[in-house]
Amino acid sequence: MSSSVIETKKLTKTFNGRIHAVQDLSISIEEGEIYGFLGPNGAGKTTTIKMLATLLDPTSGSARVNGFDVVKQPSKVRESIGIVFQEPSSDELLTGYENLRLSALMYDLPASEIESRIDGSLELVELNDRRNDLVKTYSGGMRRRLEIARGLLHRPRILFLDEPTLGLDPRGRETMWRYVERLTEELRMTILLTTHYMEEADSLADRICIIDKGKSVAIDTPARLKRKVGGDLVTIVADSPRIAEIRRLKSVRKIEQKDGTFVITMDNAAAHLQDLLKRVGKVDSVEVRSPTLDDVFIKHTGRGLEQAEGGWFEKMVQNTTNKE
Amino acid sequence: MNLRGVYAIWWREMIAFLRETPRLISAIVNPIVWLFIFGAGLGASVDVSGVDYQKFIFAGVLTQTFLFTSIFYGAYLVWDKRIDLLKSILVSPLSRATIFFGKVLGGVTISLMEALIVLVFGIFIGIPYTPASFLMSLLIVFIASAIFTSVGLTIGSMMESPEGFQLLSSFLLFPLFFLSGALFPLENLPGWLETVTAANPVTYVVDMLRGTLLGVQHFDTSHNLLLLGVFLAITSAVGVEAFKRMKS
Repeated sequence: MSSSVIETKKLTKTFNGRIHAVQDLSISIEEGEIYGFLGPNGAGKTTTIKMLATLLDPTSGSARVNGFDVVKQPSKVRESIGIVFQEPSSDELLTGYENLRLSALMYDLPASEIESRIDGSLELVELNDRRNDLVKTYSGGMRRRLEIARGLLHRPRILFLDEPTLGLDPRGRETMWRYVERLTEELRMTILLTTHYMEEADSLADRICIIDKGKSVAIDTPARLKRKVGGDLVTIVADSPRIAEIRRLKSVRKIEQKDGTFVITMDNAAAHLQDLLKRVGKVDSVEVRSPTLDDVFIKHTGRGLEQAEGGWFEKMVQNTTNKE
Repeated sequence: MNLRGVYAIWWREMIAFLRETPRLISAIVNPIVWLFIFGAGLGASVDVSGVDYQKFIFAGVLTQTFLFTSIFYGAYLVWDKRIDLLKSILVSPLSRATIFFGKVLGGVTISLMEALIVLVFGIFIGIPYTPASFLMSLLIVFIASAIFTSVGLTIGSMMESPEGFQLLSSFLLFPLFFLSGALFPLENLPGWLETVTAANPVTYVVDMLRGTLLGVQHFDTSHNLLLLGVFLAITSAVGVEAFKRMKS
Protein backbone atom coordinates (compact mmCIF):
# COMPACT_ATOMS: atom_id res chain seq x y z
CA MET A 1 0.00 0.00 0.00
CA SER A 2 2.98 2.31 -0.42
CA SER A 3 1.46 4.10 -3.41
CA SER A 4 -1.35 5.56 -1.32
CA VAL A 5 -1.10 9.29 -0.65
CA ILE A 6 -3.49 9.23 2.26
CA GLU A 7 -3.86 6.31 4.55
CA THR A 8 -5.81 6.04 7.78
CA LYS A 9 -5.93 3.13 10.20
CA LYS A 10 -8.84 2.89 12.60
CA LEU A 11 -8.96 6.67 12.75
CA THR A 12 -11.29 7.73 15.56
CA LYS A 13 -12.41 11.04 17.00
CA THR A 14 -14.51 11.11 20.12
CA PHE A 15 -15.84 14.34 21.60
CA ASN A 16 -16.46 14.60 25.34
CA GLY A 17 -15.58 10.96 25.74
CA ARG A 18 -18.79 9.61 24.26
CA ILE A 19 -19.76 11.26 21.00
CA HIS A 20 -18.14 9.24 18.25
CA ALA A 21 -17.80 11.71 15.41
CA VAL A 22 -15.53 9.36 13.47
CA GLN A 23 -15.12 5.70 14.32
CA ASP A 24 -12.47 3.24 13.14
CA LEU A 25 -12.11 4.80 9.73
CA SER A 26 -9.61 2.94 7.57
CA ILE A 27 -9.16 4.27 4.07
CA SER A 28 -6.44 4.42 1.49
CA ILE A 29 -6.38 7.00 -1.26
CA GLU A 30 -4.24 6.55 -4.35
CA GLU A 31 -2.23 9.21 -6.13
CA GLY A 32 -4.21 11.22 -8.68
CA GLU A 33 -7.53 9.98 -7.44
CA ILE A 34 -10.63 12.05 -6.74
CA TYR A 35 -11.89 10.45 -3.58
CA GLY A 36 -15.33 11.38 -2.32
CA PHE A 37 -16.75 11.23 1.17
CA LEU A 38 -20.49 11.01 0.78
CA GLY A 39 -22.80 11.24 3.73
CA PRO A 40 -25.39 13.41 5.45
CA ASN A 41 -24.46 16.47 7.51
CA GLY A 42 -22.90 15.39 10.77
CA ALA A 43 -21.69 12.06 9.38
CA GLY A 44 -18.10 12.89 10.32
CA LYS A 45 -16.79 14.12 6.97
CA THR A 46 -15.50 17.48 8.14
CA THR A 47 -14.09 16.00 11.34
CA THR A 48 -12.11 13.54 9.21
CA ILE A 49 -10.77 16.32 6.98
CA LYS A 50 -9.81 18.37 10.03
CA MET A 51 -7.83 15.44 11.41
CA LEU A 52 -6.10 14.88 8.08
CA ALA A 53 -5.31 18.62 7.86
CA THR A 54 -3.82 18.60 11.41
CA LEU A 55 -6.48 20.94 12.77
CA LEU A 56 -7.82 18.27 15.13
CA ASP A 57 -5.93 15.51 16.91
CA PRO A 58 -7.37 12.01 16.54
CA THR A 59 -8.57 10.31 19.72
CA SER A 60 -7.11 7.03 18.51
CA GLY A 61 -5.92 5.37 15.34
CA SER A 62 -3.47 6.91 12.91
CA ALA A 63 -3.34 8.78 9.64
CA ARG A 64 -0.57 9.47 7.15
CA VAL A 65 -0.81 12.19 4.55
CA ASN A 66 1.81 12.25 1.79
CA GLY A 67 3.73 9.78 3.92
CA PHE A 68 3.77 11.98 7.02
CA ASP A 69 2.06 11.23 10.29
CA VAL A 70 -0.58 13.86 11.08
CA VAL A 71 0.24 13.92 14.80
CA LYS A 72 4.01 13.58 14.71
CA GLN A 73 4.84 15.60 11.58
CA PRO A 74 2.09 18.22 11.33
CA SER A 75 4.14 20.87 9.53
CA LYS A 76 5.26 18.38 6.86
CA VAL A 77 1.62 17.46 6.36
CA ARG A 78 0.62 21.12 6.12
CA GLU A 79 3.22 21.73 3.43
CA SER A 80 1.80 18.86 1.38
CA ILE A 81 -1.83 19.90 1.42
CA GLY A 82 -4.12 22.62 0.21
CA ILE A 83 -7.54 22.99 1.72
CA VAL A 84 -10.80 24.63 0.75
CA PHE A 85 -13.00 24.99 3.80
CA GLN A 86 -16.74 24.69 3.96
CA GLU A 87 -16.96 28.30 5.07
CA PRO A 88 -14.79 30.50 2.85
CA SER A 89 -11.87 31.70 4.94
CA SER A 90 -10.42 34.44 2.76
CA ASP A 91 -9.88 37.83 4.32
CA GLU A 92 -12.71 40.16 3.31
CA LEU A 93 -10.66 43.27 3.98
CA LEU A 94 -8.06 42.17 1.47
CA THR A 95 -8.34 41.99 -2.30
CA GLY A 96 -8.22 38.67 -4.09
CA TYR A 97 -4.64 39.38 -5.08
CA GLU A 98 -3.63 40.31 -1.53
CA ASN A 99 -5.16 37.12 -0.15
CA LEU A 100 -3.05 35.10 -2.55
CA ARG A 101 0.07 37.12 -1.76
CA LEU A 102 -0.49 36.46 1.94
CA SER A 103 -0.77 32.78 1.21
CA ALA A 104 2.36 32.83 -0.99
CA LEU A 105 4.35 34.39 1.86
CA MET A 106 2.96 31.98 4.43
CA TYR A 107 3.96 29.03 2.29
CA ASP A 108 7.36 30.60 1.68
CA LEU A 109 7.22 30.53 -2.14
CA PRO A 110 10.33 31.87 -3.88
CA ALA A 111 9.98 35.64 -4.36
CA SER A 112 10.72 35.41 -8.08
CA GLU A 113 7.80 33.06 -8.61
CA ILE A 114 5.13 34.69 -6.48
CA GLU A 115 3.67 36.96 -9.17
CA SER A 116 3.53 34.33 -11.89
CA ARG A 117 1.98 31.77 -9.56
CA ILE A 118 -0.69 34.25 -8.46
CA ASP A 119 -1.42 35.09 -12.10
CA GLY A 120 -1.67 31.42 -12.98
CA SER A 121 -3.98 30.58 -10.09
CA LEU A 122 -6.27 33.52 -10.75
CA GLU A 123 -6.35 32.59 -14.41
CA LEU A 124 -7.37 29.03 -13.64
CA VAL A 125 -10.38 30.12 -11.60
CA GLU A 126 -11.15 33.02 -13.96
CA LEU A 127 -10.81 35.77 -11.40
CA ASN A 128 -8.05 37.80 -13.02
CA ASP A 129 -10.35 40.70 -13.87
CA ARG A 130 -11.43 41.04 -10.24
CA ARG A 131 -8.02 40.59 -8.63
CA ASN A 132 -7.83 44.09 -7.21
CA ASP A 133 -11.33 44.18 -5.76
CA LEU A 134 -11.93 43.58 -2.07
CA VAL A 135 -13.16 40.07 -1.35
CA LYS A 136 -16.22 41.48 0.41
CA THR A 137 -17.51 42.54 -3.00
CA TYR A 138 -17.25 38.95 -4.36
CA SER A 139 -20.22 36.64 -4.84
CA GLY A 140 -20.40 33.29 -3.05
CA GLY A 141 -19.17 31.43 -6.12
CA MET A 142 -16.28 33.84 -6.66
CA ARG A 143 -15.20 33.45 -3.03
CA ARG A 144 -15.21 29.71 -3.41
CA ARG A 145 -13.11 30.00 -6.55
CA LEU A 146 -10.66 32.27 -4.77
CA GLU A 147 -10.37 29.63 -2.04
CA ILE A 148 -9.47 27.10 -4.70
CA ALA A 149 -6.90 29.45 -6.20
CA ARG A 150 -5.41 29.86 -2.75
CA GLY A 151 -5.48 26.15 -2.05
CA LEU A 152 -3.51 25.54 -5.25
CA LEU A 153 -1.00 28.35 -5.02
CA HIS A 154 1.74 26.34 -3.35
CA ARG A 155 1.09 23.37 -5.65
CA PRO A 156 0.23 20.86 -2.99
CA ARG A 157 0.13 17.18 -3.88
CA ILE A 158 -3.18 16.84 -2.12
CA LEU A 159 -6.18 19.12 -2.11
CA PHE A 160 -9.00 18.84 0.42
CA LEU A 161 -12.35 20.19 -0.71
CA ASP A 162 -14.88 20.34 2.10
CA GLU A 163 -18.36 20.68 0.58
CA PRO A 164 -16.99 22.79 -2.29
CA THR A 165 -20.38 23.59 -3.77
CA LEU A 166 -22.42 24.13 -0.62
CA GLY A 167 -24.66 27.13 -1.13
CA LEU A 168 -23.83 27.58 -4.80
CA ASP A 169 -26.49 27.80 -7.50
CA PRO A 170 -26.61 25.03 -10.12
CA ARG A 171 -24.48 27.00 -12.56
CA GLY A 172 -21.89 27.80 -9.93
CA ARG A 173 -21.85 24.15 -8.98
CA GLU A 174 -21.17 23.03 -12.52
CA THR A 175 -18.37 25.56 -12.94
CA MET A 176 -16.83 24.26 -9.75
CA TRP A 177 -17.03 20.67 -10.99
CA ARG A 178 -15.25 21.68 -14.17
CA TYR A 179 -12.40 23.23 -12.16
CA VAL A 180 -12.03 20.18 -9.98
CA GLU A 181 -11.81 17.90 -12.99
CA ARG A 182 -9.24 20.17 -14.57
CA LEU A 183 -7.10 20.04 -11.45
CA THR A 184 -6.67 16.30 -11.56
CA GLU A 185 -6.17 16.27 -15.30
CA GLU A 186 -3.72 19.15 -15.63
CA LEU A 187 -1.95 19.09 -12.28
CA ARG A 188 -2.37 15.42 -11.43
CA MET A 189 -3.43 16.34 -7.96
CA THR A 190 -5.02 13.96 -5.49
CA ILE A 191 -8.33 15.30 -4.31
CA LEU A 192 -10.31 14.41 -1.23
CA LEU A 193 -13.79 15.80 -1.50
CA THR A 194 -16.63 15.75 0.98
CA THR A 195 -20.19 16.28 -0.09
CA HIS A 196 -23.72 15.48 0.86
CA TYR A 197 -24.87 15.91 -2.74
CA MET A 198 -25.00 12.51 -4.36
CA GLU A 199 -24.89 13.91 -7.92
CA GLU A 200 -21.67 15.64 -7.00
CA ALA A 201 -20.03 12.49 -5.68
CA ASP A 202 -21.37 10.56 -8.66
CA SER A 203 -20.07 12.87 -11.35
CA LEU A 204 -16.73 13.77 -9.79
CA ALA A 205 -15.37 10.98 -7.66
CA ASP A 206 -13.32 8.04 -8.90
CA ARG A 207 -14.08 6.28 -5.66
CA ILE A 208 -16.58 6.98 -2.96
CA CYS A 209 -16.57 6.25 0.72
CA ILE A 210 -20.11 6.31 2.03
CA ILE A 211 -19.99 7.52 5.57
CA ASP A 212 -22.79 7.51 8.11
CA LYS A 213 -22.74 8.23 11.85
CA GLY A 214 -18.97 8.36 11.83
CA LYS A 215 -18.50 4.99 10.17
CA SER A 216 -17.59 4.04 6.65
CA VAL A 217 -20.31 1.76 5.34
CA ALA A 218 -19.15 1.15 1.76
CA ILE A 219 -16.17 2.05 -0.42
CA ASP A 220 -16.05 1.58 -4.19
CA THR A 221 -16.42 3.31 -7.56
CA PRO A 222 -19.81 4.96 -8.06
CA ALA A 223 -20.63 2.53 -10.86
CA ARG A 224 -19.87 -0.56 -8.83
CA LEU A 225 -21.68 0.76 -5.78
CA LYS A 226 -24.76 1.29 -7.87
CA ARG A 227 -24.44 -2.10 -9.50
CA LYS A 228 -24.36 -3.70 -6.09
CA VAL A 229 -27.82 -2.34 -5.37
CA GLY A 230 -28.82 -5.23 -7.62
CA GLY A 231 -30.48 -4.03 -10.78
CA ASP A 232 -32.84 -1.33 -11.96
CA LEU A 233 -35.75 0.01 -9.99
CA VAL A 234 -39.31 -0.15 -11.29
CA THR A 235 -41.84 1.77 -9.28
CA ILE A 236 -45.45 0.81 -9.86
CA VAL A 237 -48.53 2.47 -8.47
CA ALA A 238 -51.46 0.06 -8.64
CA ASP A 239 -54.53 -0.94 -6.61
CA SER A 240 -54.26 -4.71 -6.82
CA PRO A 241 -51.21 -5.83 -8.73
CA ARG A 242 -50.66 -9.53 -9.09
CA ILE A 243 -47.57 -9.74 -6.97
CA ALA A 244 -47.40 -13.51 -6.92
CA GLU A 245 -47.22 -13.47 -10.74
CA ILE A 246 -44.29 -11.06 -10.80
CA ARG A 247 -42.38 -13.01 -8.23
CA ARG A 248 -42.13 -15.86 -10.68
CA LEU A 249 -40.12 -13.72 -13.12
CA LYS A 250 -36.48 -14.68 -13.02
CA SER A 251 -35.26 -11.11 -13.49
CA VAL A 252 -37.09 -9.84 -10.39
CA ARG A 253 -34.90 -9.71 -7.29
CA LYS A 254 -36.85 -7.86 -4.69
CA ILE A 255 -40.28 -6.33 -4.16
CA GLU A 256 -40.95 -3.68 -1.56
CA GLN A 257 -44.39 -2.28 -0.81
CA LYS A 258 -45.40 1.00 0.70
CA ASP A 259 -49.15 1.72 0.58
CA GLY A 260 -50.14 1.45 -3.07
CA THR A 261 -46.59 1.87 -4.32
CA PHE A 262 -44.43 -1.12 -5.23
CA VAL A 263 -40.70 -0.82 -5.80
CA ILE A 264 -39.43 -3.75 -7.80
CA THR A 265 -35.71 -4.33 -8.12
CA MET A 266 -34.91 -6.22 -11.29
CA ASP A 267 -32.15 -6.96 -13.78
CA ASN A 268 -32.16 -5.12 -17.09
CA ALA A 269 -35.58 -3.51 -16.68
CA ALA A 270 -35.58 -2.14 -20.23
CA ALA A 271 -35.67 -5.65 -21.67
CA HIS A 272 -38.11 -7.18 -19.22
CA LEU A 273 -40.56 -4.36 -18.64
CA GLN A 274 -43.12 -5.61 -21.20
CA ASP A 275 -43.15 -8.99 -19.57
CA LEU A 276 -43.52 -7.48 -16.14
CA LEU A 277 -46.42 -5.23 -17.08
CA LYS A 278 -48.27 -8.08 -18.77
CA ARG A 279 -48.26 -10.06 -15.54
CA VAL A 280 -48.95 -7.29 -13.10
CA GLY A 281 -52.30 -6.28 -14.51
CA LYS A 282 -53.81 -2.78 -14.40
CA VAL A 283 -51.42 -0.07 -13.15
CA ASP A 284 -51.86 3.67 -12.58
CA SER A 285 -48.26 4.58 -13.27
CA VAL A 286 -44.87 3.06 -13.94
CA GLU A 287 -41.44 4.55 -13.48
CA VAL A 288 -38.20 2.89 -14.44
CA ARG A 289 -34.84 4.15 -13.34
CA SER A 290 -31.28 3.06 -12.75
CA PRO A 291 -30.14 3.07 -9.15
CA THR A 292 -28.62 6.27 -7.78
CA LEU A 293 -26.20 6.72 -4.95
CA ASP A 294 -29.22 7.48 -2.82
CA ASP A 295 -30.36 3.89 -3.37
CA VAL A 296 -26.87 2.79 -2.41
CA PHE A 297 -27.15 4.83 0.75
CA ILE A 298 -30.55 3.30 1.53
CA LYS A 299 -29.20 -0.16 0.95
CA HIS A 300 -26.40 0.36 3.47
CA THR A 301 -28.09 2.46 6.12
CA GLY A 302 -31.78 1.69 5.75
CA ARG A 303 -32.70 5.29 5.04
CA GLY A 304 -32.29 7.89 2.30
CA LEU A 305 -29.67 10.64 2.30
CA GLU A 306 -32.28 13.37 2.65
CA GLN A 307 -33.94 11.54 5.51
CA ALA A 308 -30.59 11.22 7.21
CA GLU A 309 -30.12 14.98 7.06
CA GLY A 310 -32.13 15.35 10.26
CA GLY A 311 -29.13 16.52 12.26
CA TRP A 312 -28.45 13.29 14.09
CA PHE A 313 -25.25 14.61 15.47
CA GLU A 314 -26.90 17.62 17.06
CA LYS A 315 -29.56 15.41 18.58
CA MET A 316 -26.94 13.18 20.03
CA VAL A 317 -25.01 16.09 21.47
CA GLN A 318 -28.23 17.35 22.99
CA ASN A 319 -29.03 13.97 24.50
CA THR A 320 -25.66 13.60 26.12
CA THR A 321 -25.69 17.11 27.52
CA ASN A 322 -29.17 16.58 28.91
CA LYS A 323 -27.96 13.58 30.81
CA GLU A 324 -25.31 15.58 32.62
CA MET B 1 10.14 30.94 13.70
CA ASN B 2 10.63 32.31 10.21
CA LEU B 3 10.95 36.02 9.51
CA ARG B 4 9.12 35.92 6.21
CA GLY B 5 6.15 34.36 7.97
CA VAL B 6 6.28 37.05 10.66
CA TYR B 7 6.31 39.65 7.90
CA ALA B 8 3.35 37.98 6.17
CA ILE B 9 1.20 38.09 9.29
CA TRP B 10 2.29 41.67 10.08
CA TRP B 11 1.56 42.79 6.52
CA ARG B 12 -1.97 41.41 6.71
CA GLU B 13 -2.55 43.10 10.08
CA MET B 14 -1.46 46.43 8.66
CA ILE B 15 -3.72 46.26 5.60
CA ALA B 16 -6.68 45.19 7.74
CA PHE B 17 -5.97 48.02 10.20
CA LEU B 18 -5.69 50.69 7.52
CA ARG B 19 -8.84 49.52 5.72
CA GLU B 20 -10.98 49.44 8.83
CA THR B 21 -11.80 53.11 9.11
CA PRO B 22 -13.35 53.01 12.61
CA ARG B 23 -10.20 51.41 13.98
CA LEU B 24 -8.05 54.01 12.30
CA ILE B 25 -10.17 56.90 13.54
CA SER B 26 -10.29 55.63 17.12
CA ALA B 27 -6.52 55.23 17.05
CA ILE B 28 -6.18 58.92 16.26
CA VAL B 29 -9.06 60.31 18.32
CA ASN B 30 -8.56 58.27 21.52
CA PRO B 31 -5.24 59.76 22.55
CA ILE B 32 -6.47 63.30 21.86
CA VAL B 33 -9.55 62.75 24.01
CA TRP B 34 -7.51 61.34 26.87
CA LEU B 35 -5.06 64.22 26.76
CA PHE B 36 -7.92 66.69 26.82
CA ILE B 37 -9.76 65.02 29.72
CA PHE B 38 -6.73 64.57 31.91
CA GLY B 39 -4.81 67.61 30.84
CA ALA B 40 -7.53 70.24 30.95
CA GLY B 41 -9.92 68.53 33.37
CA LEU B 42 -7.58 67.78 36.22
CA GLY B 43 -5.98 71.16 35.90
CA ALA B 44 -2.46 72.33 36.23
CA SER B 45 -2.67 73.90 39.67
CA VAL B 46 -0.99 71.12 41.63
CA ASP B 47 2.69 70.36 41.60
CA VAL B 48 3.72 66.73 41.94
CA SER B 49 7.33 65.64 42.33
CA GLY B 50 8.38 69.12 41.38
CA VAL B 51 6.51 69.31 38.05
CA ASP B 52 2.96 70.46 37.41
CA TYR B 53 0.32 67.73 37.41
CA GLN B 54 -0.48 67.97 33.71
CA LYS B 55 3.09 67.20 32.83
CA PHE B 56 3.32 64.62 35.58
CA ILE B 57 0.46 62.51 34.21
CA PHE B 58 1.57 62.90 30.59
CA ALA B 59 3.57 59.68 30.75
CA GLY B 60 0.52 58.00 32.32
CA VAL B 61 -1.79 59.18 29.55
CA LEU B 62 0.69 58.07 26.92
CA THR B 63 0.90 54.65 28.54
CA GLN B 64 -2.85 54.42 28.98
CA THR B 65 -3.39 55.03 25.27
CA PHE B 66 -1.28 52.21 23.98
CA LEU B 67 -2.03 49.93 26.95
CA PHE B 68 -5.71 49.81 25.98
CA THR B 69 -4.91 49.48 22.27
CA SER B 70 -2.44 46.66 22.89
CA ILE B 71 -4.72 44.61 25.13
CA PHE B 72 -7.83 45.09 22.98
CA TYR B 73 -5.81 44.09 19.93
CA GLY B 74 -6.39 40.51 21.14
CA ALA B 75 -10.10 40.94 20.42
CA TYR B 76 -9.35 40.85 16.68
CA LEU B 77 -7.94 37.37 17.14
CA VAL B 78 -11.29 36.27 18.56
CA TRP B 79 -12.94 37.88 15.57
CA ASP B 80 -10.57 36.09 13.17
CA LYS B 81 -11.69 32.82 14.72
CA ARG B 82 -15.32 33.78 14.35
CA ILE B 83 -15.09 34.57 10.64
CA ASP B 84 -13.04 31.42 9.94
CA LEU B 85 -10.01 33.41 8.94
CA LEU B 86 -7.74 31.89 11.53
CA LYS B 87 -8.25 28.36 10.21
CA SER B 88 -6.48 29.13 6.96
CA ILE B 89 -3.51 30.53 8.88
CA LEU B 90 -3.36 27.62 11.32
CA VAL B 91 -3.39 25.10 8.49
CA SER B 92 -0.37 26.74 6.81
CA PRO B 93 3.14 25.50 7.62
CA LEU B 94 3.83 28.60 9.76
CA SER B 95 4.71 27.68 13.32
CA ARG B 96 2.53 29.00 16.09
CA ALA B 97 5.46 31.10 17.36
CA THR B 98 5.76 32.74 13.92
CA ILE B 99 2.05 33.55 13.87
CA PHE B 100 2.25 34.90 17.43
CA PHE B 101 5.19 37.21 16.80
CA GLY B 102 3.69 38.42 13.52
CA LYS B 103 0.58 39.43 15.42
CA VAL B 104 2.61 41.02 18.24
CA LEU B 105 4.51 43.08 15.72
CA GLY B 106 1.22 44.24 14.23
CA GLY B 107 -0.05 45.36 17.64
CA VAL B 108 3.25 47.06 18.41
CA THR B 109 3.17 49.00 15.13
CA ILE B 110 -0.33 50.30 15.84
CA SER B 111 0.72 51.25 19.40
CA LEU B 112 3.75 53.12 18.07
CA MET B 113 1.53 55.13 15.73
CA GLU B 114 -0.74 56.13 18.59
CA ALA B 115 2.17 56.91 20.88
CA LEU B 116 3.61 59.14 18.19
CA ILE B 117 0.41 61.18 18.08
CA VAL B 118 0.44 61.62 21.88
CA LEU B 119 4.12 62.51 21.91
CA VAL B 120 3.55 65.24 19.35
CA PHE B 121 0.76 66.66 21.53
CA GLY B 122 3.26 66.71 24.36
CA ILE B 123 4.95 69.63 22.65
CA PHE B 124 1.89 71.79 23.38
CA ILE B 125 1.92 71.15 27.12
CA GLY B 126 5.60 71.92 27.26
CA ILE B 127 7.33 68.56 27.47
CA PRO B 128 11.02 69.39 27.00
CA TYR B 129 11.99 66.90 24.27
CA THR B 130 15.46 66.19 23.07
CA PRO B 131 15.96 63.94 20.02
CA ALA B 132 17.38 61.32 22.36
CA SER B 133 14.45 61.42 24.82
CA PHE B 134 11.97 61.26 21.92
CA LEU B 135 13.60 58.15 20.44
CA MET B 136 14.06 56.58 23.85
CA SER B 137 10.33 57.05 24.54
CA LEU B 138 9.48 55.21 21.33
CA LEU B 139 11.79 52.38 22.31
CA ILE B 140 10.06 52.08 25.68
CA VAL B 141 6.68 52.08 23.94
CA PHE B 142 7.95 49.33 21.65
CA ILE B 143 8.95 47.06 24.54
CA ALA B 144 5.91 47.88 26.67
CA SER B 145 3.37 47.39 23.89
CA ALA B 146 5.00 44.05 23.02
CA ILE B 147 4.31 42.99 26.64
CA PHE B 148 0.69 44.17 26.61
CA THR B 149 -0.06 42.88 23.11
CA SER B 150 1.19 39.47 24.23
CA VAL B 151 -1.20 39.59 27.16
CA GLY B 152 -4.09 40.62 24.89
CA LEU B 153 -3.31 37.88 22.36
CA THR B 154 -3.01 35.28 25.11
CA ILE B 155 -6.49 36.17 26.34
CA GLY B 156 -7.77 36.26 22.77
CA SER B 157 -6.37 32.81 22.01
CA MET B 158 -8.35 31.33 24.89
CA MET B 159 -11.65 33.11 24.23
CA GLU B 160 -14.41 31.97 21.92
CA SER B 161 -16.55 35.09 21.98
CA PRO B 162 -15.79 38.82 21.75
CA GLU B 163 -18.00 39.37 24.82
CA GLY B 164 -15.88 37.01 26.90
CA PHE B 165 -12.79 38.82 25.76
CA GLN B 166 -14.24 42.19 26.64
CA LEU B 167 -15.15 41.03 30.13
CA LEU B 168 -11.81 39.50 30.99
CA SER B 169 -9.70 42.25 29.47
CA SER B 170 -11.61 45.05 31.21
CA PHE B 171 -11.25 43.18 34.47
CA LEU B 172 -7.51 43.22 33.89
CA LEU B 173 -7.07 46.66 32.35
CA PHE B 174 -8.43 48.92 35.05
CA PRO B 175 -6.33 47.62 37.95
CA LEU B 176 -3.31 47.55 35.63
CA PHE B 177 -3.75 51.21 34.86
CA PHE B 178 -4.99 52.64 38.14
CA LEU B 179 -2.71 50.59 40.39
CA SER B 180 0.42 51.88 38.68
CA GLY B 181 2.22 55.14 39.07
CA ALA B 182 0.33 56.61 36.11
CA LEU B 183 -1.74 59.06 38.12
CA PHE B 184 0.11 59.36 41.43
CA PRO B 185 3.72 59.43 42.56
CA LEU B 186 5.18 56.25 44.00
CA GLU B 187 6.61 57.94 47.09
CA ASN B 188 4.98 57.41 50.50
CA LEU B 189 2.40 54.86 49.33
CA PRO B 190 0.60 52.71 51.88
CA GLY B 191 2.23 49.29 52.19
CA TRP B 192 -0.35 47.25 50.29
CA LEU B 193 -0.42 49.67 47.38
CA GLU B 194 3.35 49.68 47.20
CA THR B 195 3.31 45.88 46.90
CA VAL B 196 0.64 45.91 44.20
CA THR B 197 2.33 48.62 42.13
CA ALA B 198 5.64 46.78 42.38
CA ALA B 199 4.09 43.68 40.76
CA ASN B 200 2.50 45.71 37.96
CA PRO B 201 4.49 46.10 34.72
CA VAL B 202 2.67 49.35 33.94
CA THR B 203 4.43 50.93 36.94
CA TYR B 204 7.84 50.48 35.35
CA VAL B 205 6.69 51.60 31.93
CA VAL B 206 5.28 54.85 33.30
CA ASP B 207 8.26 55.45 35.57
CA MET B 208 10.71 54.97 32.74
CA LEU B 209 8.78 57.19 30.36
CA ARG B 210 8.48 59.89 33.00
CA GLY B 211 12.18 59.69 33.70
CA THR B 212 12.99 59.94 30.01
CA LEU B 213 10.62 62.83 29.31
CA LEU B 214 10.83 64.87 32.52
CA GLY B 215 13.79 63.53 34.45
CA VAL B 216 11.47 62.54 37.31
CA GLN B 217 11.96 58.90 38.19
CA HIS B 218 11.34 56.63 41.17
CA PHE B 219 13.38 53.55 40.21
CA ASP B 220 16.76 53.29 38.48
CA THR B 221 16.63 53.01 34.70
CA SER B 222 18.52 49.70 34.84
CA HIS B 223 16.02 48.39 37.38
CA ASN B 224 13.10 49.38 35.10
CA LEU B 225 14.73 47.92 32.00
CA LEU B 226 15.55 44.66 33.70
CA LEU B 227 12.00 44.21 34.97
CA LEU B 228 10.46 45.07 31.60
CA GLY B 229 12.80 42.53 30.01
CA VAL B 230 11.62 39.89 32.47
CA PHE B 231 7.94 40.77 31.86
CA LEU B 232 8.49 40.62 28.09
CA ALA B 233 10.17 37.22 28.32
CA ILE B 234 7.37 35.83 30.47
CA THR B 235 4.43 37.24 28.50
CA SER B 236 5.81 36.19 25.11
CA ALA B 237 6.65 32.69 26.33
CA VAL B 238 3.15 32.34 27.76
CA GLY B 239 1.69 33.76 24.54
CA VAL B 240 3.54 31.29 22.30
CA GLU B 241 2.39 28.43 24.53
CA ALA B 242 -1.20 29.72 24.41
CA PHE B 243 -1.02 29.88 20.61
CA LYS B 244 0.22 26.30 20.49
CA ARG B 245 -2.84 25.21 22.44
CA MET B 246 -5.24 27.34 20.43
CA LYS B 247 -7.90 25.47 18.47
CA SER B 248 -9.41 26.86 15.32
